[in-house]
Amino acid sequence: MNDMLLSIIGGAEEEAFSFSRLGEQFLKLFSKYHSLGDVFDAIGGYLGKSFAQKALIVGVLIALCAAMLGVSLVLKRFSFIGDGLSHVAFGAMAVASVLGLTQQKMVLILPVTVFTAVLLLKTGKNRKVRGDASLAMLSVGALGVGYILMNVFSTGNVSSDVCTSLFGSTAILSISDFELYLCIGMTILVLAVYILFYHKIFAVTFDPDFASATGTKSEFYNLVTAVVTAIVIVLAMNLVGSLLISALVVFPVLSAMRLCRSFKGVVICSAAVSVGSTAFGIFSAMLISTPVGSTIVVAQIFVFLVFTLIGIFTKKG
Amino acid sequence: MEQLICKNLTLGYDGRAVSKNVSFTVNRGDYLCIVGENGAGKSTLVKALLGLNPPLSGTIEYRVSEKKRAIGYLPQHSDVQRDFPATVREIVLSGNVGKMGLRPFYTRQEKEDARFQMERLGILELQDRCYRDLSGGQKQRVLLARALCATKEMLLLDEPVAGLDPLVTNAMYELISRLNREGVTIIMVSHDIAAAVRYATHILHLGAEPVFFGEKRDYIGTEIGKTFADAAGGDRA
Ligand SMILES: Nc1ncnc2c1ncn2[C@@H]1O[C@H](COP(=O)(O)OP(=O)(O)OP(=O)(O)O)[C@@H](O)[C@H]1O
Ligand SMILES: [Mg+2]
Repeated sequence: MNDMLLSIIGGAEEEAFSFSRLGEQFLKLFSKYHSLGDVFDAIGGYLGKSFAQKALIVGVLIALCAAMLGVSLVLKRFSFIGDGLSHVAFGAMAVASVLGLTQQKMVLILPVTVFTAVLLLKTGKNRKVRGDASLAMLSVGALGVGYILMNVFSTGNVSSDVCTSLFGSTAILSISDFELYLCIGMTILVLAVYILFYHKIFAVTFDPDFASATGTKSEFYNLVTAVVTAIVIVLAMNLVGSLLISALVVFPVLSAMRLCRSFKGVVICSAAVSVGSTAFGIFSAMLISTPVGSTIVVAQIFVFLVFTLIGIFTKKG
Repeated sequence: MEQLICKNLTLGYDGRAVSKNVSFTVNRGDYLCIVGENGAGKSTLVKALLGLNPPLSGTIEYRVSEKKRAIGYLPQHSDVQRDFPATVREIVLSGNVGKMGLRPFYTRQEKEDARFQMERLGILELQDRCYRDLSGGQKQRVLLARALCATKEMLLLDEPVAGLDPLVTNAMYELISRLNREGVTIIMVSHDIAAAVRYATHILHLGAEPVFFGEKRDYIGTEIGKTFADAAGGDRA
């Protein structure tokens, strides 16, 4: 990876910046594959292996949940909540590793994040500006404290640890059975909540005042959303890392909103976009060793651009 | 028959009163217009009636046949959700959510009712359109249909004609008036005194001391009614 960057920079010095050079570098990534058939063979080979299956299952499930929740978060103007929460989760994880809770990190991370989410979504409703500011404060605060803790107390390779938790890692490719079941259990929970409360979530997102006035317990559903969001964020951290989590929550929804007119359409479409780009990211990581999280984000940016263009043309035509 | 009885309400936020001594009664089939200057506390009263911001003191009592506080509501600002992706049908159907309890899906009856309400308000052919692409008047009709899905008893409308052009405004008033004749009790906030006097049966004037509540013809006779009506008329000319 570093070699590649260096050679790109070196190349830029020699003969200015050239796209053909970039293209060469890109092709080099595929140098072990001689034809498209090889690529498919490789995919087939990976699909037979249990670590790849686990990674795909977990990735797809997380992507599904993140996108569906993302719909209400984005529409409620809470796009940044994912970012803030994941930083808090990062801080909690640092504390957990300092305390030596290696296996049961979730025991600490999950409650802390859920608690923060409830707090944020509550105040965020009443006092917009303050909620915003407190979110920013909390998120950078947790990041700073977490990093210091890891630096001072950790014995292992700090920078790689940090890098892993900030940008995600190939950890998704080495998931333990425990994490797999935890993830499946959590996603089933999230999906069930979402399906059972789908119409209420719609009503509360669209017009909380009307919903409350006509007898829906908006507060309760906000609470449910907060808890579920926190769970999904913590799970998704494994996949894309703290810094990139907002992408998973925001991009698929915004892409879907370019094309779809109905709420249901947006939910389904963003779930599809999210699952698609996540699968792409995981395959790309396996085949040409790109970092999972960033590849997912790049794929989502691409989908967003394509959908935006389609949206523009279909509107005009 | 009384549907809503408010006694000695003091309304406000965080212990600070906005209006005091508000008492009024609404009977089945009434058309109550709440008038007053900007900041008089009209929306605050509406929020109190909806249970979103409870009164500082006094009592609000509903006597509607349905079990829950069955009140449909049309908010003052519907522009918060300008880019919300939802079809007209989805929004109208969501009026039923309050009645659903833990049931996850709409019943066939609820779907038919939503269809009927859309037909009643002349927006059936818009049902698959996206809400954000509609005109202001069409949006208001959609929200009105949603409110009617929530209840057939009583509608609470906060400035339903704000931002509409004169033609659409008149159509909207006629529509509300028709619903009233069909048996829906109407409580409408407005600062359009002329329209209030034309359509309403009762007037509640906030912001003045003492607060006026009574039938329309008594209101026209009072001093505040006259001056406010004149001022409003002068404003518009
Ligand atoms: N959320 C709030 N917190 C504190 N004070 C508020 C709040 N909302 C409104 N107020 C104050 O309460 C008073 C009454 O406001 P309200 O919105 O009820 O007026 P209104 O009669 O509806 O006016 P308009 O004709 O502009 O809609 C105003 O002085 C306003 O500043
Ligand atoms: Mg108002």
